[in-house]
Amino acid sequence: MNPKEANRVLGKDGPWLVFAALLFVMPFVPFVGENSFRMHIMILILLFAAMSQAWNIIGGYCGQVSFGHSVFFGIGAYGAGMAVVAYGVPPWPGILTGMIVAAAVAVIISWPCFKLSGHYFAIATFAIVEIFNRGFLVWDWVGGALGLDYPLVEEGLWNLMWHDSKTGYYYCALVLFLITFGLVRWLEGHRFGYYLRAVREGQETAESLGVNSTAVKLAAMALSAALAALCGAFFVQYNLRVDPPMVMSLDMSMKFVLITVLGGSGTLVGPLLGATVLIPLQEYSRALWGGLGGGVDLIVFGLLIIIIVVKQPAGIIGIIRDIGKHAARRRAAGKEEADHGAP
Amino acid sequence: METLIQVLIDGLLSGMVYALVAAGLCIIWGVMDVINFAHGEYLMVGMYVSYWLGFLAHVDPLVSVLASGAFVFLLGALTYKLIIRYTIRRPGLVALLATFGLAMFLKNLCMNRFSPNFRILSDTWLGGKTFLVGSLILPVPQLAAGILSLVTIGLLYALINGTRFGWAVQATAMDREAAELMGINTERIYVLIFGIGGACVGFAGGIMPSYLAVHPEVGSMFGLIAFVCVAMGGFGSIPGAFLAGLLVGIVEALAGFYIAPVFKYIAVFGLYLAVVFLRPKGIFGW
Amino acid sequence: MALLEVREVTKKFGELVANDRVSFTVETGTIVGLIGPNGAGKTTLFNCITGLYPADGGAIHFDGREITALKPYEIARRGAVRTFQVVRPLKEMTVFDNVLVGAFLKTGDRRAAAARAEECLSICNLTSFRDRPAGGLPIGGKKRLEMARALATRPKLLMLDEVMAGMTSTEINASVEVILRLRDSGITLMIVEHVMEGIMPIADKVVVLDGGIKIAEDAPGNIVNDERVIEAYLGPKYSQRFKARREGADLG
Repeated sequence: MNPKEANRVLGKDGPWLVFAALLFVMPFVPFVGENSFRMHIMILILLFAAMSQAWNIIGGYCGQVSFGHSVFFGIGAYGAGMAVVAYGVPPWPGILTGMIVAAAVAVIISWPCFKLSGHYFAIATFAIVEIFNRGFLVWDWVGGALGLDYPLVEEGLWNLMWHDSKTGYYYCALVLFLITFGLVRWLEGHRFGYYLRAVREGQETAESLGVNSTAVKLAAMALSAALAALCGAFFVQYNLRVDPPMVMSLDMSMKFVLITVLGGSGTLVGPLLGATVLIPLQEYSRALWGGLGGGVDLIVFGLLIIIIVVKQPAGIIGIIRDIGKHAARRRAAGKEEADHGAP
Repeated sequence: METLIQVLIDGLLSGMVYALVAAGLCIIWGVMDVINFAHGEYLMVGMYVSYWLGFLAHVDPLVSVLASGAFVFLLGALTYKLIIRYTIRRPGLVALLATFGLAMFLKNLCMNRFSPNFRILSDTWLGGKTFLVGSLILPVPQLAAGILSLVTIGLLYALINGTRFGWAVQATAMDREAAELMGINTERIYVLIFGIGGACVGFAGGIMPSYLAVHPEVGSMFGLIAFVCVAMGGFGSIPGAFLAGLLVGIVEALAGFYIAPVFKYIAVFGLYLAVVFLRPKGIFGW
Repeated sequence: MALLEVREVTKKFGELVANDRVSFTVETGTIVGLIGPNGAGKTTLFNCITGLYPADGGAIHFDGREITALKPYEIARRGAVRTFQVVRPLKEMTVFDNVLVGAFLKTGDRRAAAARAEECLSICNLTSFRDRPAGGLPIGGKKRLEMARALATRPKLLMLDEVMAGMTSTEINASVEVILRLRDSGITLMIVEHVMEGIMPIADKVVVLDGGIKIAEDAPGNIVNDERVIEAYLGPKYSQRFKARREGADLG
């Protein structure tokens, strides 16, 4: 009785209904909130949900916990940035190049890394982030430590730039979000999605069933990296500048992992839940305490990370499931009581 | 030739401190299979303890070392009690993310309290002194740090391999349940190991203000280098971490001098990748 | 024609020779039992055939082509699929999804794969566990899941590694029934067993390993009377006694 009830509350469709409702509301948000800070937060939520979903493909579904995704995010950012700043063209060819390069880099560096297990893999991805970070810092062609500052060009979709209003960025972030979530939703029901999870749950078992686990992991990594690059490109178009610490840092990588894990790693709605909680927390604490001599926002943020990770390692989706089970139990208990009190 | 030897000496000296920082991380990793992401911040805290003792009470870092070690020991034990205890039976990622939160907390707490300024302790006993051997310069503070590292690592090794406590630690590392059945209080072992791991890095942090400026970001890079040393040395191997520390120090000095200073960390992290791609479990791993 | 041909396969772990020039064949449409006492090298041989370990010598042919140096997934794709002695459920996935992974080997179409998975669940009596996480199954269920998952790949040769070990006799009977049904549907089976009871009545041929060496390859009826087999299982004393008894019977 319990599992069945619980299943109806959280079920396969429960999160989906919430999700569909959100999708329905989102396009109208710009007309409701004129407040540009609120818009800013909405844009960041969508962007980081999309980015974390990209990470989720390899880190959550396939179980290869990479702390190197800021490299791919950064490559995408620099792709767009170089197109606009160095070549003076719209960002689109740069975005495409960035995605391809990110996927290629991902395959080249992951191939040896996948031989490593556990902490060795994690530390290898730390090392890769540091190498890229420092490499870009001294690479003059991409602006070195100064980074790239955008010139002001004509606004609109063609240049993927808007000057005063954030509405254009909002819709772009929404599209980005829909692309990544749609893609992962599609994957979930297809052979590749099942193979991803099979490799996570047991590589040897998967191989015994004819799954080429190396190929699956590399393909997932390439897809994940290309999507990360796409997100990075949007990030730089939104900020209108890029430098290495801004995009290719361990802190940035950690953010993708945290959002996914806090929301619920290996689940479709996890990245959205994580971003919806973590991004406003970060932005509002920055707005609230950021002025108090620096650091207070991040002190609070750090504490909250500890508390959430320790208290709810299954993520927010775990909390929702617990509440669902609890409610189901209470309802069942209430019904029993009513039955007893009937005579 | 003399330049090369000088560079090697400098590398060796900084490598010894890396080895000490790594040794602290190493026993925690070896016994509990936990990566403490806040390890570099432990170092930073140790440095601040020593700095403030020197600045306010005029205690020399050579003496403050003990206070720093004790302070970070407590910090480590507290970290275990408040955070790690709840993550120990869960996937390794959980402890990593929780200690990332701790690192963020500690770093920004110091940023907020002590400002992001670089702080230098003047008038220490060893500060600025050098020791000449022919034309080679041996900086005395670094030399003292190197000796401290050697002694501490030696003691740590003896503790783990030559005492009853050490055997209990090894038993716990191999199989916690079996150790529990043999009457070992593994919970206490875990607290102590986290504390001892902290004390190692606390010692390193205690002596460093004699030659290095203190600031809230100072620990991050040391932490990363410690991860690299431990993984390169091989799962929980103290001699491995020690050798890897020296190797990292030397490679860093060589790359910094002969290529360009900005390349030293690229070389260090590149070295790590090269080593683990050839030996996926590290130099001393199986 | 032999579907699987193992020729002079040798596997060493350092000094220890786990398999010493083992040869045998598995004919299409038959059930072959691979038996032997503990430590005889059955599972090692199994792992060599399925590509988990590289063999140190010898050759393995499957379906007319050499598979000696192939990777496990390549061998599985050619139609030789195994189960594991120590069960390996994909824990966090449901029982159905576990089997679905197997079914995806022959078709990328979700609906066709799902139909195949349902079919295999029902063959292995797992339908009632369909939506449970595989990690929560009782051990008997996990053993059947191993079989269902391998079966879903539509193998030509199904290799079962001690699926009956640790089962009650009712469960063994149920498994035997399933195995016979599979044979009748055209699947060739190779079955590793430690216990003889389950395999003897259904096998067309039995291969016996002892100390890494093949000591017999014959019909089950002849195997139970083979001196070397009895010696391997029960020790030389029993073998002598058995011999004496048989000779006595012959005289009488």
